[in-house]
Amino acid sequence: MSRRERTWWLVGGVVIVFYCLFPIAWIASLSFKAPADIANGSFLPTTFSGENYATILTGSASDLFLPALRNSFGICLIATAISCLLAMFAAYAIARLDFPGKKLILSTALAVAIFPVISIVTPLFNVWRQIGLYDTWPGLIIPYLSLTLPISIWTMSAFFREIPWEMEQAAQVDGATTWQAFRKVIVPLAAPGVFTTAIIAFFIAWNDFVYGISLTSTSASRPVPAALGLFSGASQFEDPTGAIAAAALIVTVPVVLLVLLFQRRIVAGLTNGAVKG
Amino acid sequence: MASIEMKNIVKQYGDGFPAVNDVSLDIAEGEFMILVGPSGCGKSTLLRMIVGLEDITSGDMIIGGTRVNDKAPRERNLSMVFQNYALYPHLTVYENIAFPLRLAKTPDDEVRRRVTEAADVLELHEHLERKPANLSGGQRQRVAMGRAIVRQAEAFLFDEPLSNLDAKLRGQMRTEISRLQRRLGITTVYVTHDQTEAMTLGDRVCVLRKGKIQQVASPRELYEQPVNLFVAGFIGSPPMNFLPAGVAGDVLTTPFGDIELDERRAAAVRGKDLLMVGIRPEYFEDASLVDEAKLPLGSIFRARVDVTEWLGDSQFAYIPYEAPDAIRNQLRDLSRELDAEELRTQAIVSIDSTSRIREGREADFWLDSRKVHVFDPQTGENLTRDAEAGAALTRMAAEDRVEQVEEAKSRGGSSGLGAA
Repeated sequence: MSRRERTWWLVGGVVIVFYCLFPIAWIASLSFKAPADIANGSFLPTTFSGENYATILTGSASDLFLPALRNSFGICLIATAISCLLAMFAAYAIARLDFPGKKLILSTALAVAIFPVISIVTPLFNVWRQIGLYDTWPGLIIPYLSLTLPISIWTMSAFFREIPWEMEQAAQVDGATTWQAFRKVIVPLAAPGVFTTAIIAFFIAWNDFVYGISLTSTSASRPVPAALGLFSGASQFEDPTGAIAAAALIVTVPVVLLVLLFQRRIVAGLTNGAVKG
Repeated sequence: MASIEMKNIVKQYGDGFPAVNDVSLDIAEGEFMILVGPSGCGKSTLLRMIVGLEDITSGDMIIGGTRVNDKAPRERNLSMVFQNYALYPHLTVYENIAFPLRLAKTPDDEVRRRVTEAADVLELHEHLERKPANLSGGQRQRVAMGRAIVRQAEAFLFDEPLSNLDAKLRGQMRTEISRLQRRLGITTVYVTHDQTEAMTLGDRVCVLRKGKIQQVASPRELYEQPVNLFVAGFIGSPPMNFLPAGVAGDVLTTPFGDIELDERRAAAVRGKDLLMVGIRPEYFEDASLVDEAKLPLGSIFRARVDVTEWLGDSQFAYIPYEAPDAIRNQLRDLSRELDAEELRTQAIVSIDSTSRIREGREADFWLDSRKVHVFDPQTGENLTRDAEAGAALTRMAAEDRVEQVEEAKSRGGSSGLGAA
């Protein structure tokens, strides 16, 4: 790469990073502005205030925000765990076994993934009310599975295909049953794939808004994105902009933490050295 | 330790293609059997059927007197070294070797004793706590072997274990495998396409072609008494030369002059029209360097040398010759089947490294006519094969093996692995 090329790459990179991160910086700055300061016309707050955080964590909005945070964590973690477990078995079968209907399963999964959520939310709302799932955790976990499972199956089957067949055959010759070979050899090797999939699945569930707002009505199961929409200002003439910005920043934190925490696991390369170098 | 018997084994894939076709083979207890052949001949498939990774379409696979056709790999108690080693990358070398023992729920101190023993044999001690990713190719190979010998398996199976190593390491590991096999005295089946490995390691070698056995014999018998054109062309490097020949009484007329045949051979070829003569490169010599006493045992011919290759300890000369189209096509098909591409009809002859024969010049060559083979170009059959002499060679190899195993056991008998 020549010097000039490198300069252009650098400039391009900076522009893109700025473009992507500027809104987040803006929200961060907004979250530190006091209500009177929001329309101050400048990027930085005149004085940094923790008022917005106080409102959502301990103040008037806390009974809306804190249960929602708990719901979001619980529902998303459970949905992710179930979807990963199911996807693991499905992906293993798809990668390893030859059975009729394999293509059908994959294309159905894809079809489910691209199906617009908004078109099924109304019928789902009616069904959920009839069978008592409306405004409950399972009532959200089940639709979240339909969002996360297809993508999990697709990513994980790609990872499973990467694992050399010989690993498993070697285990079988060494005296392992199919299940032992899966548990002791395939699962540890697939770990980076499982982590990656889990994170993607978690994001999808964590970011959902349509199901969250339509299938819940109380703090018993309302997730954060839906709760944010219901924030109100101190008076009806006041926008809750600052509080929403603060809450938005707080819900970003787990996502960032998750990625930082598992970054090293996500980085593939665990299979290096399994076969010839 | 057990014998392996195969009776009319057939492997047919979904599209009806028989990868292995009616193979019957007996491998004796403690014998080192090599399966060899060009790519796609079914040798790996056969090995995988022995270990149980491939279903058997028909026939019987009998290991240690029990029919194992329907048994899962883990019930057959065989150990296998894969071509790409198939080490478990998430486990240390120690745990890799211990893996079969852990599966068998062996107590910890027993595991430690056996892994240590295997590491002793393979000199892996300083690597036991490392991960396979940090090992060199040769070390990974040794770990794979460690995993195979740590448990008391009925037989070892090797699937081209050395093909990923560089030439020098391959030579070392080859002798290592040979020593190990003799020391443990365990039945071994070894798949390779490398004929050096086939010739040096095997007690007997099974040559396969398109899923069918061509010949099962000791390396010496394969070399000296090949059963057909395919085996003759496959075994030996540089390969055997095939020349077109006509018959006139007891004499073969070839592009390299007349070759007189002895009584037995002459009888075998009598009445044939067009034949193919097989002569190994080392049956030729620079006529000026041949001992006076040996000269009358062969014939002398004059030919122009195309290229010479001087290798220090030996020297090869390439002599082009003309052949009728039928023979030329036959030779081309054969070389293609042997994974080579022969562009011209030429003989490769081995001459003494001190020979002054130079490229582009005419020279006199001597040809040892006692050892030529004559093949039927249509069927490929070796018309002059001396079955008795061949059998004697294989018998000799079998006696050698018994002796070597006993000697190896008396020397290395102190190792606990010897009891496997």
